[in-house]
Amino acid sequence: MSDSRQLPGLYVHVPFCLSKCPYCDFTSITAPELIPAWLGALEKECRLRSGTFGLFDSLYVGGGTPSILQDRHLDRLVTALHRYFQFEDRSEVTIEVNPDDVCENRLELLLKLGFNRISLGVQSMQESELHFLGRRHTAEQTLRLLDTVRSAGFDRMSLDLIYGFSADPAVPHRILWEKTLERVLRFEPDHLSCYMMTFEGDTPFKKLFSEGKLAPPPEEEGEGLFLFTSELLEEHGFLHYEISNFARSPDTVCRHNQKYWDHTPYLGLGPSAHSFRDGARWWNTRSVPHYCETLERGSLPVEGFENLTEEQLQLERLFLGLRTRRGVDESLLVQRPGASPVLLKLLASGIVERRGSRIAPTRKGFLLADGLPLLF
Amino acid sequence: MPSIRNFSIIAHIDHGKSTLADRLIQYAGLVSDRQFRDQMLDTMDIERERGITIKSQSVTLPYRSTAGEDYELNLIDTPGHVDFSYEVSRALASCEGVLLLVDASQGVEAQTVANLYAAMEHDLTIIPVINKIDLPSADIELAKEQIETELGLNSDDALLCSAKEGIGIQELLEAIVERIPPPRGSSDLPLSALIFDAHYDAFRGTIVSCRIFDGTLRPGDVIRLMYNDATYKVEEIGLFRIVREPRKELVAGSVGYLIAGIKTIGDIRVGDTVTLDEHPAPSPLPGFKEVKPVVFSSIYPISSDEYQSLSDALEKYKLNDASLVYQKDSSAALGQGFRCGFLGLLHLEIVQERLEREFDQAIIMTVPSVLYDFTLKDGTTLMVDNPTYYPDVLEIERCFEPFIKASILIPERYMGAVMKLCMERRGAESKFHYPTPGRIEMTLEMPLAEVVFDFYDRLKTVTQGYGSFDYELSGYRESDLVKLDILVNGEKVDALSLIVHRLRAREWGVQVCDRLKEEIPRHQFKIAIQGAIGGKIISRSTISPFRKDVTAKCYGGDITRKRKLLEKQKKGKARMKVVGMVTIPQTAFVAVLKTKNE
Repeated sequence: MSDSRQLPGLYVHVPFCLSKCPYCDFTSITAPELIPAWLGALEKECRLRSGTFGLFDSLYVGGGTPSILQDRHLDRLVTALHRYFQFEDRSEVTIEVNPDDVCENRLELLLKLGFNRISLGVQSMQESELHFLGRRHTAEQTLRLLDTVRSAGFDRMSLDLIYGFSADPAVPHRILWEKTLERVLRFEPDHLSCYMMTFEGDTPFKKLFSEGKLAPPPEEEGEGLFLFTSELLEEHGFLHYEISNFARSPDTVCRHNQKYWDHTPYLGLGPSAHSFRDGARWWNTRSVPHYCETLERGSLPVEGFENLTEEQLQLERLFLGLRTRRGVDESLLVQRPGASPVLLKLLASGIVERRGSRIAPTRKGFLLADGLPLLF
Repeated sequence: MPSIRNFSIIAHIDHGKSTLADRLIQYAGLVSDRQFRDQMLDTMDIERERGITIKSQSVTLPYRSTAGEDYELNLIDTPGHVDFSYEVSRALASCEGVLLLVDASQGVEAQTVANLYAAMEHDLTIIPVINKIDLPSADIELAKEQIETELGLNSDDALLCSAKEGIGIQELLEAIVERIPPPRGSSDLPLSALIFDAHYDAFRGTIVSCRIFDGTLRPGDVIRLMYNDATYKVEEIGLFRIVREPRKELVAGSVGYLIAGIKTIGDIRVGDTVTLDEHPAPSPLPGFKEVKPVVFSSIYPISSDEYQSLSDALEKYKLNDASLVYQKDSSAALGQGFRCGFLGLLHLEIVQERLEREFDQAIIMTVPSVLYDFTLKDGTTLMVDNPTYYPDVLEIERCFEPFIKASILIPERYMGAVMKLCMERRGAESKFHYPTPGRIEMTLEMPLAEVVFDFYDRLKTVTQGYGSFDYELSGYRESDLVKLDILVNGEKVDALSLIVHRLRAREWGVQVCDRLKEEIPRHQFKIAIQGAIGGKIISRSTISPFRKDVTAKCYGGDITRKRKLLEKQKKGKARMKVVGMVTIPQTAFVAVLKTKNE
């Protein structure tokens, strides 16, 4: 089931932000003066990796905040990528964008550079929540940008949203979340990523969480929010194709992210980026200076490497598959079809459903995705 | 030839026995301060951690009295728990006197009384010692009063000391040589030596601790163990002076060790008499008893392919603990395992802990049971220590269960709470005795099954730590017993079955269901837990499914981190038992009988 027939994806990590959001665990620093050095190093990494993965059909520039790069830096980045790598004609080319970094001219440039899909870090359409999340932009700015994205010629637009937290104890989050969804749906995005707030890594929110000053909503409320989101978006015609991801149609499913979930090869460039091919996974150093120094010396900045055993690959297929609407092949769950009492129980409980030879989580099942792989 | 004194220290738990032993060892100069560590005689990790003594040890202390005479003082350290009362009795039989330790702030407690009786049975000279006099809470006068009234001893004889601070140690040693009589017996009579314990040494085999009553023991002698009727050639004899110190001979009155190529500790019986094959003693020393287990539980490997490994571990473990008995057992829920018999609950816990720690076994122990006696309609009797073998109800004529005589010493104010606890546990025929104003000594008959589990913990709780408890077995009594089965999602889990009194069956059923509800984690689906007698459901509880566990994101290609977390969880789950589809944690099997501490 390893989809090596699929073309690989290329990811570029831009590890810079103007300010750090207190919930975000992705590698990023607030030192824009290092951008030129990083860019130089990235060019070297491109050269060293050139030709190793063949033809790509997706490019994803993420971060961090790629949109804080200046025009000339973006130009240099894209030029390097095209110099060292080949992309299929109808590749999906995404860039993550922060609402306050982009004006109409910027959108034109992005189009000119070949980006055909924009992923907007909207997070919320409520000022109080944006403030709580430590975002630089306002809901107003988002509205203005949403107005222009389509007219500028981007036909593929994805929005990142966060829910499941309480910025203001006086107002139920559920109401604000509903409003956020209503407001963004008016702009007919063709893709939505709705992440439930988690407290991870070495973040200020994690610290507050550990100190008991910040808590996720109670289980039932979290469940309610998730189901509500899924139901509402499906009523609006979206396809809930992965725990946090919704696509307007099968064609607008994020091709790049899909590769992470079905073991399609991917190459990651930049600090902390992960790559996968032929059952092996490796990842770059998280440290931006270390990343730059290593490439300066002409070495690859790889920090870790693992060759996955067949058992590990199976486990990954299982847990990644059970996070998606496609599910997994039944043979992954049971040796003999129909002989697993656990599977029968899960089917009867409406946690998974059978679709041909595949077993897929239901909406309710998505909520249990962390524990399901342990049952088999 | 130095004069010999043989003595033991007896005390309620925590009254400072090991500390006093340490101080005596230091005083005798057996170890340098550099080598010294606390609880010198407690060599097992578990003894040191729990602050208890499990095995008897002896040590020979050289002492020169103030009068300038040289002595060999043999201190025999005894286990401090009722589970090992037979070992204690054999150790006491090897002595002429005891130091009866009383904590100056706690006063006389139930084990102090029980220990005194034990010492009196052996006609030992008793030296009362009030310890911990340095504590601010010490009440020496009250302790003296209790020694008079509760123990019936002359409090003028009591010595004052602080083992911790080293106060009064010299006076204590003087009292030992002055008051405790020297051993009688003749080195010229046929050999008669009492085995009071044995240890296993990987290099030397079994090392037997013994007290020579008559005769002389030398290397090269061919000895006969009178009960076992086995002969061995003595390789080495000597004294324990923290390390073994070989000697050319052990004469009458000595306490020491012998090594004679005895392969396993199971070849030795505590209480047996050692004599010479050629000139045997006319009769064995009195008091030999075959130790029988009173508490039974099954041990299963968590993973069924670890059965052989568990079997090997038990065999090795048994080398050093002859009182554990075991045989093969199997359970529909847990697979292949072993049914084990223990001297008591502490013994059970020790075995469990040592198997896990020293032998690295991942095990499940089932609910402990006592040994029930059934008379069947066809006139035969059936002893059952495992609910699985509970006979067909239609065939049972009468049932009997073991009872104990419990003795509980408490401050008067806890009387109500303790009575309530004892009545809940089917206590009967209670008698009260007021040794001193404000204190009550209760004696009552209780079924052993009701105390084996957590009675002592509960007593400690309801008396805020002031209650003390001791017991002895008092025989079997007729009882109205039933078998309580536990069903998890409709499937009977045989390892959770219990034999209980009919009148308490419902109560137990409710408790077990409630406890399992706490012990079994929520699953993706609903779990029903039921208690049943015969086919009749008498209690139930439900574990509602969890509804959301998804947290970790899987974006940006870092799949490895998430997979590693899953691998770790899978490993953790391997330490649980899956019955039907329900994952039951290791702890649940024993926890079901523990009542909640409100």
